[in-house]
Amino acid sequence: MKQLAIYLFVLLCLSGCETVQPWERGTLAKREMQWQPDPMETSLQAQVNSSKEASSGGQGAAGGGCGCN
Amino acid sequence: MLLCLLGLLALPAGAAGVQAGQAAPPLSLPLLSAGSPAVFTLASLQGKVVYLDFWASWCGPCRVSFPQLEQLRRELGPRGFEVLAVNVDEVEADALRFLQEVPVTYPVVRDATGETPRSYGIPGMPTGFLIDRSGVIRLVHQGYRKSDGAALRASIMEVLGE
Repeated sequence: MKQLAIYLFVLLCLSGCETVQPWERGTLAKREMQWQPDPMETSLQAQVNSSKEASSGGQGAAGGGCGCN
Repeated sequence: MLLCLLGLLALPAGAAGVQAGQAAPPLSLPLLSAGSPAVFTLASLQGKVVYLDFWASWCGPCRVSFPQLEQLRRELGPRGFEVLAVNVDEVEADALRFLQEVPVTYPVVRDATGETPRSYGIPGMPTGFLIDRSGVIRLVHQGYRKSDGAALRASIMEVLGE
């Protein structure tokens, strides 16, 4: 009985799920909704991080190898 | 339970859009730039080769496509080619700002309800439909890159030449 209640609850929650259609992605396309809202800032952070940590790479950006930073 | 979840995930994917070879669904929408309730229908372009372009101000590739479509329309307009752009922005002001930045001379209509893109079942933004003189969809073009212009022009020329 308790299990059934849990199933029903989960199903009820799932009814709130909605597929966002391609033409409804205006809000998702906003800058503040991006993983990396500012590419320049991200690149700067990566540069500082690789310099301070004496390691480079793993940031998803090209860089490192010349030993000049 | 897991199967149930997977089933729910698969559910919305079932709706497929209109394909090449099918008749273009009718369309009747208010013009965006007019500021009046003037309605523009796809049927009024019957007899012309139409590129029906779904776009939004937040869509990056749309910014690339607009100048190219404008150019194509300028060049091939006299031969019976027309572009009809359908804006799907939620906020009208966003669309108007976009048009100020990237001005075009072809008609731009607006669908804030999402009914038209739903009836066309567009798979992504932007999506363009090349419709021939008898109202049949000949090409579905999804996305837009700068290099797409030449191939699109060739397709339009082919349909125009029939």
